Amino acid sequence: MKPYPRKVYWNEPTMGWWERAYLFEILRGLWITSAVFMRNMWKWCTFRKGALTTYYPEETRWDYAPANRGKHVLTQRPDGRPQCVACNMCATVCPAKVIEIDAGFDPADAAHPKFPVRFEIDYSRCVFCGLCVEACPEDAIRMAKEVPGLPRYDRGQMWIGMEELLTWNPQKDVAKPYPTGGTGGAKRGSH
Amino acid sequence: MIQDLVVYVAYIVYAIAVLMTFGTLLTWVERKQSAVMQDRIGANRAYVRLPFTQIKLIWLGLFHGIADGLKLMTKEDWRPKTYDWYAYAVAPWVCFVPVLLVFAVIPFGGLMIPARLFPSLAGFFGDRSYPMQIARLDAGILIVFAFGGMTIIGAMLAGWSSYNKFSMLGALRAGSQMISYELVMGLTVLGLILIYGTVDLTTIVQQQSGTLLGFLPAWGVFHQPFAATLFMAAAIAENKRIPFDLPEAESELISGFYTEYSAMKMGLFMFAEFIEIAIIGALFTTLFLGGCNLPYMSDAGFAFPGGSVLPMSHGAVVVTQLVVFLAKVMLVCSFQILIRWSLPRFRYDQVLKFAWKFMFPLALANLIVTAVLAWMATSP
Repeated sequence: MKPYPRKVYWNEPTMGWWERAYLFEILRGLWITSAVFMRNMWKWCTFRKGALTTYYPEETRWDYAPANRGKHVLTQRPDGRPQCVACNMCATVCPAKVIEIDAGFDPADAAHPKFPVRFEIDYSRCVFCGLCVEACPEDAIRMAKEVPGLPRYDRGQMWIGMEELLTWNPQKDVAKPYPTGGTGGAKRGSH
Repeated sequence: MIQDLVVYVAYIVYAIAVLMTFGTLLTWVERKQSAVMQDRIGANRAYVRLPFTQIKLIWLGLFHGIADGLKLMTKEDWRPKTYDWYAYAVAPWVCFVPVLLVFAVIPFGGLMIPARLFPSLAGFFGDRSYPMQIARLDAGILIVFAFGGMTIIGAMLAGWSSYNKFSMLGALRAGSQMISYELVMGLTVLGLILIYGTVDLTTIVQQQSGTLLGFLPAWGVFHQPFAATLFMAAAIAENKRIPFDLPEAESELISGFYTEYSAMKMGLFMFAEFIEIAIIGALFTTLFLGGCNLPYMSDAGFAFPGGSVLPMSHGAVVVTQLVVFLAKVMLVCSFQILIRWSLPRFRYDQVLKFAWKFMFPLALANLIVTAVLAWMATSP
């Protein structure tokens, strides 16, 4: 009777004498690492970047996806006022409860009498889920692909207010015309 | 002699300053070199802000060493409930001090004549001359091995007195590994001693000053290339760095024999390790790379084989010798760091097998061949 064929669960080592002698393979490895070192060092010495890493946050990668949910932006009307009507739907849907809105009343503008006096987002708690963008009935809040200018040393400094949210000012927008030139953020009541 | 005192105090200050600088600088070199080897940038965030300004000096991350030192010094010095607190407290120093002492016998330059170096002090120094070495002992290499062997005691003490199983295992590994590799180191150096006929390091360096076959510098590495390789491997194993870092294998033993050490005591172990890189560099330079010698250079200046002569003043010669020695040491240190960041760790049985079944026979064979050749060269 044939003996039960024993199954082999491992691969036999295939090192020859060349590999067993350590030294040659070690020299080959050292050759590879020192070649990489020399190549990168030459790049640094000729004022180029010899590394794959990015100096974050001073430097950001160029290949962020266009749909990246980076920082929030408030869209503007053609005259530079925020599109937001302070309905608080984004603040309500926000799972992290990071949006705070104070509404103001402007009887002069019959179409949009309610407007945000204060619109602040706490980036120390924001989870970048994008639900505020989905909830907004006015297309007033969007998320740009650029990330906010964080980190900060203090948690209290991570609130970002209307001045910064309204700086998003593309010269070509698919949805509507934008105020040319200025950075936007014109105050209500100034007209 | 007051003159001797002045000169040797200056030597000692120089040696300690060099070692401390190397110890601090090598942490930076290790970070940056490994980063460049791995397509990274490396530590570059620590800065010194000039007072009353917003100017932040980063200097390629050079200040990370200072940041490390400050952090280690201000950390809580936590102590385990050990039954042998004295051995526990003394162990880092037993590791650290012998490493510094080894440098006492290593010649870091040629002959210095203070009267020619500082003509205004000629009346004070007279015609005295001093080899640039703290202690010129006949037993040079033996002293190196004696002090080098003492670091084992520090590791064993640390592991034993920490009252921790991981420390104990690490200390046992350190002990057996260092004793094994010390033997290999000694055997490789024996070949050199056969060739040079002395254990005095200054004489060894002087004998490496000529040329070999007319064009090669007469350095030990060309006399004994095989021994140089074995010596390098054994020295790295002595230093317990990565291909041989079994005593502190992080994935197995947390931190090996200094698991229970914190703050500056742990810092001393680390500092000793980095200074030992420099010491190994200095030893390798002295034994195999001709110490402070440059090819075709003597105490009078350069004399090239074509017949052209470039005379140098005594001051220029002394400075050149110091710089050449430091540059060679730095190159060897850099090579050690290259090895540390290229090779994976051995298994523990492989480490000992490598020492006793591979390197020990090779070192013996090298010694025998050298002895036969030396005998053939001298007998007729």
